[in-house]
Amino acid sequence: MKKIFKIRKYAGDFAENKDIAKELRIEKIMPALSKHNEVVLDFDGVNGATQSFIHALISDPIRELQDVAFDNLFYKNTNDNIREIISIVYRYMQESFRNS
Amino acid sequence: MKIFLSNQGNLRNFKRFAESLDLSRSNKLEIKTHTKWVTVHPANLVLAAALAIQVGKKNAEIVGYVPETGRYLDRMGLYSLTKTSSPFVYHKKEEAGRFVPIKIIKTSKNQSRFITDVIPLLHLSEENATIVKYVIGELVRNVLEHSFAQNGAIVAAQYYKKTNRVSIGICDTGIGIWKSLQTYWHPKNDIAALKLALTPGITGTTRREGGTAENAGAGLFFIKSIAKITRNYFVIYSGNAEYTLLKHKKRIKGMPRLYADPDRDPHSDTSKAANFQGTLVAVDISLDETPEFNDLLASIGKVYDKAIRERKRARYRIPKFI
Repeated sequence: MKKIFKIRKYAGDFAENKDIAKELRIEKIMPALSKHNEVVLDFDGVNGATQSFIHALISDPIRELQDVAFDNLFYKNTNDNIREIISIVYRYMQESFRNS
Repeated sequence: MKIFLSNQGNLRNFKRFAESLDLSRSNKLEIKTHTKWVTVHPANLVLAAALAIQVGKKNAEIVGYVPETGRYLDRMGLYSLTKTSSPFVYHKKEEAGRFVPIKIIKTSKNQSRFITDVIPLLHLSEENATIVKYVIGELVRNVLEHSFAQNGAIVAAQYYKKTNRVSIGICDTGIGIWKSLQTYWHPKNDIAALKLALTPGITGTTRREGGTAENAGAGLFFIKSIAKITRNYFVIYSGNAEYTLLKHKKRIKGMPRLYADPDRDPHSDTSKAANFQGTLVAVDISLDETPEFNDLLASIGKVYDKAIRERKRARYRIPKFI
């Protein structure tokens, strides 16, 4: 099953509120991924995001679920900045748990 | 406590400002200005505002003769935090497109509202507004999450049209950086704490690489790097320590090189500043010098990865050669 979460609906057009990211992660993303659902994070209408927001949104799924998260998390309508921040979080999270 | 606002209030001179503060007698605040000309950076302003809020309006005053340029202090909201009435009578100019006067942010909802409603007042292009939102978003969040400041984050910003530069100051009177890093990192003094806080991957919430679910220890490193890439100043002040990232020389072509170790960046620092119970962070961003934000983020991200890799390697067991 595919679950789509529209980030703008939760975080507005600039995603910086980590409390919202945490809530989304705990209440929506982790439960969906744990059931091996596909999760689509749709950034339509979101112009920017902080690294802290993206970290609070996806670092735990990556650390806890690893391949399940890599296989089932999808990002839609990301602009270049948001795409770069998501990529940064992916890189350093994998760097942090590789060989540890 | 005594603060002197000089005619050279910019980040280049912030170290001198921090060393000149008198923060004894913490229940009373006197603000004095240069008698001929006063120039303040949002950094000077938010520090004065944070201390005025801490001692309370009835214990804070602006003393002595304040020159005409001091009306900026009124326009930015400093007089209203003290018991001194503003001596200035003037036509208040529209805030939009020029500055963000002193604001107090106490919750993440306040922060989101500030970013949504106030930053557009600077009338920046979407790309430039993103950078300013990014910087304020990260810095205010740090205050709300780590400072335990009862009075929240005190924020001010100024746009300088002539130089196309935005200056931002954010201050709190919370526990300070040294204390916030004590649980996991045990920095030996304030200056060691500041440098640890600027190191990518160091967060006060864990020693684990990659951080916790909510913290990666990237925020301050990202902001300092944005200042460096845009060839500008960055200041952090907490306890008796102050660190200023110096401006990257314009004659050096190409994007400035980023380092994980803040000691490798051209900087000045001191452990002789007045002992400030709280944290101040300030940054200038030259919008003309700003490359595409995603390129800037990519460069910062690479250094962040490398720092984590190197720190992990430093912990590898080594062969015992005898």
